[in-house]
Amino acid sequence: MIGRNGFRHGVHPPERKELTSAVPIRRMPFPDEVVLPVRQHTGKPARIIVRRGERVERGDTLALADGFISSPVHASASGTVADIDWWPHPDGTSALAIRIAVDRYSPQVPRPRLVPAWNGLAPAEVVRAVQEAGVVGLGGAAFPTHVKLAPPKDQPVELILVNGAECEPYLTTDHRIMVEYPQRVHFGIRIMMHALGVQRAVIGVEKNKPDAIERLRETKPADLDVSVLPLRVKYPQGAEKMLIRSVLGREVPSGKLPSSVGVVVQNAGSVACLAEVFETGLPLVERIVTVTGEGVRRPANLIVPVGTKVGDAIRYCGGLTEDAAEIVFGGPMMGISQATLDTPIVKGTTGVLVLTRAQVPSRRVYPCIHCGRCLDACPVFLNPALLGQLARKGRYREMEAAHLADCMLCASCSYVCPSNIPLAQLFQAAKVGLRRQKASAA
Amino acid sequence: MTTPLQVAAAPHLKGEMTTPRIMWGAVGSLVPVVAAATWFFGPSALLVVGSSTLGAVTTERLLGPPGALGDGSAMITGMLLGLTLPAGIPLWMAFLGSVFGIALGKVIFGGLGFNVFNPALLGRAFLQASFPVAITTWPGRPESWAALRGDNFAFPFASPQPDVITEATPLGLRKFEGADTPLWDLVTGSTGGSLGETAGIVILLCGAYLAARNYLNWRTPVSLLATTAVLSGALHLLDAARYPPPLFMLFSGGLLLGAVFMATDPVTSPVTNRGRWIFGAGIAALVVVIRVWGGLPEGVMYAILLMNALVPFINRATQPRVFGTRLAQAAT
Repeated sequence: MIGRNGFRHGVHPPERKELTSAVPIRRMPFPDEVVLPVRQHTGKPARIIVRRGERVERGDTLALADGFISSPVHASASGTVADIDWWPHPDGTSALAIRIAVDRYSPQVPRPRLVPAWNGLAPAEVVRAVQEAGVVGLGGAAFPTHVKLAPPKDQPVELILVNGAECEPYLTTDHRIMVEYPQRVHFGIRIMMHALGVQRAVIGVEKNKPDAIERLRETKPADLDVSVLPLRVKYPQGAEKMLIRSVLGREVPSGKLPSSVGVVVQNAGSVACLAEVFETGLPLVERIVTVTGEGVRRPANLIVPVGTKVGDAIRYCGGLTEDAAEIVFGGPMMGISQATLDTPIVKGTTGVLVLTRAQVPSRRVYPCIHCGRCLDACPVFLNPALLGQLARKGRYREMEAAHLADCMLCASCSYVCPSNIPLAQLFQAAKVGLRRQKASAA
Repeated sequence: MTTPLQVAAAPHLKGEMTTPRIMWGAVGSLVPVVAAATWFFGPSALLVVGSSTLGAVTTERLLGPPGALGDGSAMITGMLLGLTLPAGIPLWMAFLGSVFGIALGKVIFGGLGFNVFNPALLGRAFLQASFPVAITTWPGRPESWAALRGDNFAFPFASPQPDVITEATPLGLRKFEGADTPLWDLVTGSTGGSLGETAGIVILLCGAYLAARNYLNWRTPVSLLATTAVLSGALHLLDAARYPPPLFMLFSGGLLLGAVFMATDPVTSPVTNRGRWIFGAGIAALVVVIRVWGGLPEGVMYAILLMNALVPFINRATQPRVFGTRLAQAAT
């Protein structure tokens, strides 16, 4: 009953994962400074509770969650709060951030067990502990994990779907986690099952990671109902709705969340992180990130303290090549390019991709020739050609009627467009424009 | 680390296919068709195609947006128009047809991507309306391959030279004289007709190449040819004496050229795949109707132009179902 269907459309960009897929995860030394934005998750920014000059230890809370859909921020290194000010944020804007001058002589050993032991916690207590540990989705969107563990009562969850697709080219973070820490993935599933009261889980992994599939199957605990499902290699296989379609053959209704079809989706790295938090008792203060691309001298999979400036991580990987041109946070399909090497790697940063000048030439935009390639690429069956026309004229209301809200900005349309029309960019701008129009109308 | 960083919107990588590549790919695959026409019709073929191409390119250069020649689309229009003309047509007419096609068929709408009708066919429709005799004078075979097939160098508005050997097209023969052309002659192209009408096999091979390389969407020509075969086959079964067999319909006239190179023009055909099936079938139905019951022997040009006009409606009627909007969606 599982996995027969796959999803339709999508694209096949070059995978380029071989740069780092066999490179074991290693820990990067602490940098001299870490920068922790208060906004590293979907939801309200955290409230700062420390002051300039204050001494903090690794794992200490710097900012508290502001409400339920919010997440706290913890010190990722021991040191002194050097400043609290606006700082470049990975999303391209700037955000209030806490800068910590790292104590170079500190052993960086945290206070013992800041997160309670898992044994014997009631589901509601697990949810609270997860929030207090600052755990968010590490696959990019950084949705607070505890919110997913407490779904609305009227939508019972039957299945936990662990997203190990990692369909973005170049990135190998989840791949290496599944190969090197498969037990952690299973332990994380156990915690999620307990919190949600669910008996069954499926781990979906794209077939280009056979070693991960094998390791997950080898280490599966006998008492857990977990199956590992190989998935076709196709972008965007890891998009929540596409994954559910591939695994269960169900379509999540337009405008609804996966819980409406009884599924909670969590990315593999986030599941392992959940386990790690309860294992070590340390809140989310570090993450695994792929530093890769033809523009980096020694691509690697690194454990870095959250808030490490991208320049420090790249320097640790041998620095930029002569022809490096663009630094992207995330993968090449949906990632955001960075204007400065001072941008911090945050909880939601899956990878740092450095592309070379030859890979990102300036491309002339031609008129739309209505070839329909974008329609054949769109995994949610929109008409990007039409939406693009409307977007250029600012006709956002008409775009809304044409299901702009269903666009997840996967950029498959832009990828295939022979006229180089920046469709995904237009749609993102249209989403913002539409929100503004509605706000000013209200 | 002093490299200046480039900041751009996602996606940061792009697929290989570009619009100029698509267009120049079509130009390249028209070269064998022109070569075949030259084989059949001698130097006149090159002269006619050359002059119509010159007309198209010059007009695009003068009236079109800057740099528009680089996308290759004007070149296609010129070559295609030339291939729809008889070998003996005066060159100035071929030139003028292209000027009309590009200026009033394309540039006036806003250039590439905005035109409603196929510019080459619009140019041909203009010539057919203006010079009905010249465009239906089908030259016969002279003794020498190198001889011109008509008064190509006639001055504008001078009377055409009457002393040219003419020959009817297979469709004309059938319609007006009730005579059949052997199928083998149709397939090998040793019949009268426009320059690009007789090289059926070459056109099919070029179309297959373009489809295999993803330069054109195969659904339109497949739908068009299959519908033509089915409709004419059904008529042929009803009354074999009155209605021609399907293979005659497929290999005569401009059907193959239209199916592979004109109905597939992305700009003037539907954007949805379902729409392309309908579009192809609609052209086929119109072609069969015009050829069988209409006053003209051939109807590919008008069939495609008529269906071009319907494209916006076809697009609207065939929008894909957005993911997650099925009414029967139930949480099973």
